[in-house]
Amino acid sequence: MSTPLGPKAENARDFLATDSLLSEEEIMLRDTVRRYVDKEILPEVGAWFDEGVFPHKEVAKTIGDMGLLGMHLEGYGCAGSSAMMYGLACAELEAGDSGLRSFVSVQGSLAMFPIWAYGSEEHKQEWLPPMAAGDAIGCFGLTEPDSGSDPSSMRTNAKQQPNGDWLLNGTKMWITNGSIADVAVVWARADEGIRGFVVPTNIEGFSAPKIERKVSLRASVTSELILDNVRLPADAVLPGVASMRGPLSCLNEARFGILFGVVGAARACYEAALNYANERIQFGGPISRFQLTQQRLVDFMTAVQQGTLLSYHLGRLKDQGELGPAQVSFGKRQNTRMAIEVAREARSVLGANGITTEYPVIRHMNNLESVYTYEGTNEIHTLIMGQAITGHSAFA
Amino acid sequence: MCRRAHVLGLDQVVKLSSTMHAMKVVVCVKQIPDPADPGALDPETRTLKRDVKLILDESDSYGVEMALQLVEAAGEGEVTLVSMAPNNERSGLATALAMGAASATLVSDPALVGTDALTTAKILAATIKDQGADLVIAGSESSDGYTGTVPEQIAAVLDLPSVTAAKSVEVDGSNILVKRQTDAGYDSIICPMPAVISVTAGVVEPRYPSFKGIMAAKSKPVEEKLAADLGFEEDQVGWSGSGQEIVEVAEAPTREAGDIIEDDGEAHVKIVEFLESLKVI
Ligand SMILES: Cc1cc2nc3c(=O)[nH]c(=O)nc-3n(C[C@H](O)[C@H](O)[C@H](O)COP(=O)(O)OP(=O)(O)OC[C@H]3O[C@@H](n4cnc5c(N)ncnc54)[C@H](O)[C@@H]3O)c2cc1C
Ligand SMILES: Cc1cc2nc3c(=O)[nH]c(=O)nc-3n(C[C@H](O)[C@H](O)[C@H](O)COP(=O)(O)OP(=O)(O)OC[C@H]3O[C@@H](n4cnc5c(N)ncnc54)[C@H](O)[C@@H]3O)c2cc1C
Repeated sequence: MSTPLGPKAENARDFLATDSLLSEEEIMLRDTVRRYVDKEILPEVGAWFDEGVFPHKEVAKTIGDMGLLGMHLEGYGCAGSSAMMYGLACAELEAGDSGLRSFVSVQGSLAMFPIWAYGSEEHKQEWLPPMAAGDAIGCFGLTEPDSGSDPSSMRTNAKQQPNGDWLLNGTKMWITNGSIADVAVVWARADEGIRGFVVPTNIEGFSAPKIERKVSLRASVTSELILDNVRLPADAVLPGVASMRGPLSCLNEARFGILFGVVGAARACYEAALNYANERIQFGGPISRFQLTQQRLVDFMTAVQQGTLLSYHLGRLKDQGELGPAQVSFGKRQNTRMAIEVAREARSVLGANGITTEYPVIRHMNNLESVYTYEGTNEIHTLIMGQAITGHSAFA
Repeated sequence: MCRRAHVLGLDQVVKLSSTMHAMKVVVCVKQIPDPADPGALDPETRTLKRDVKLILDESDSYGVEMALQLVEAAGEGEVTLVSMAPNNERSGLATALAMGAASATLVSDPALVGTDALTTAKILAATIKDQGADLVIAGSESSDGYTGTVPEQIAAVLDLPSVTAAKSVEVDGSNILVKRQTDAGYDSIICPMPAVISVTAGVVEPRYPSFKGIMAAKSKPVEEKLAADLGFEEDQVGWSGSGQEIVEVAEAPTREAGDIIEDDGEAHVKIVEFLESLKVI
């Protein structure tokens, strides 16, 4: 739609006719998000990346109106879509930029989901409608400077006071949307186990300095959260969960969005390489006529189509209520690896132009390094799947 | 052109108290081949092949948005759509329904192949006639055919006032106040309803269909009509009914290299002379 692919457009974009696996509404939603990204994100995002900014207010409002924030949740102003639709939206958003998809993943799956699943009625009433509309932004604080892949080693602690109030202390690290959030869902160690807290970010003792000097996911805000004697009322705790199951279930939701999203990023790299190869003239003709270039383009196309099929299959399983966490790991690990490989190789098809943010490829390539690491690193997902097929845990 | 509409003097443009009433707005929406992947001209008929999936003409998304805003401002009423398209194509209509229109009428009939702009207007007018619309909105010109004549022709056929190139529309009682884009700025026009207006592209920000809108679109009624249902005989429409014929299609001439004025200290004089010769200054 956006990028003219030349005479063989149909084949180039959807070789295996995977659209035939989608309903009319799914295609319409997908095309609507694609149109939004083509018109409002792609013309700007290279500059956002260069400058390290993300205009979250405008973006949140528009995609909130479209129903994309917390879209697979029911009630409280959320759209209540299928998981498949949520996935399709993620793919189109990430075809724009992984930072954009991260924003939506964090808002919907990491911040709104725990409030929706484990929050009190008051939490839901207060936060979900404005978050779905894009009027309030959320973040999710699990990772710490000394606790990444092993989140159960976290040090941030919550001590309940005699009057029932909670006192939170600790530091969270690498928190997407941290500095722009109105509300933070913070995980902390309490006497009874790991608890989640709904923390309004304007509260005393809370600060969220932005992490600078990133060369990946630059069109996305990443922050540190500092909790210095943050005093919260007794009812700030999420009543529905008191263990690592809480944050892990959120990650499972977000990872599902990622396994679709990265296919969008890979597709964008493939299409950029294909267009470039058709137009770039060397040795008297387009570089797409060389066998070596064609092999690369066909490898990209094959990888993207396989990734698409994998995501659709896992999407259908999730909507049938049959998708397990290790299967989500399969999707997150495989599709992210696929995307990063396509991005790196596609970058080289663009030659010197490929190293500039005039073209989208190196931006995706750098972004995907973050995606490879967050939401469970490649290795952690390998261990989850290894345990699932052997019965042995190899984490420690 | 707008017999019953008149241009207001500046002093007459006062903010009149808006009396609200339910608004019924009909929007003409053309469904066209995706301009990013437009397909080809049929060498025999010299018209665009329309056997691909059609989409909502972006030019008409502004009309749909404006209509939705007018109905929202009125607090009551509805937006309905009319479209003439081949092969019962309704993907473009679905987009406009997902944006918030309530229902649509689709005129599709093999007999209509080859219909020219005037006959298109007659057919759309026949579809609109009995709908009891307060306002009919169309795009100033479509993105593919681009004759920019259909809205005015609809107005003429329906004997309604026509206001072109609207950049904003406000309802005031039984009138509309229209700002009409001109080269110099805009005219302020007051016009009784019902009326036909054409909307300039870019004057409103068309909303993206929301998830809920998309899910609701499928169950919204789309009434299909044939030319005969609207009282047309076969020879009044299609190729035989067309008063126009496309006699030739030619490649647009490639752009010629421009003149380069080297600045020898007198460049500004040459530039002014050149602009004067074009009568732009
Ligand atoms: C841009 C960005 C945004 C982020 N946003 C958020 C957010 O919003 N909220 C949040 O809570 N966190 C967020 N994170 C943090 C992210 O989830 C962590 O970085 C991730 O879990 C990895 O933790 P770590 O960086 O501490 O790496 P470590 O856990 O220290 O891992 C370092 C390396 O060791 C490997 N490793 C670790 N354990 C094992 C093992 N048992 N066996 C084999 N190899 C192992 C890892 O795979 C990795 O290669 C974000 C990170 C980034 C980069
Ligand atoms: C001899 C001839 C043969 C033609 N043959 C064909 C053909 O085979 N197939 C074909 O598709 N077209 C054909 N056309 C073009 C077509 O029928 C009309 O010209 C066209 O629908 C209206 O002209 P336009 O697009 O220039 O409208 P414009 O006047 O530029 O359009 C302005 C606005 O009018 C409204 N409008 C215009 N057309 C429609 C419509 N169809 N439905 C709803 N609203 C509309 C829209 O709001 C649009 O934004 C032919 C034209 C000629 C002259």
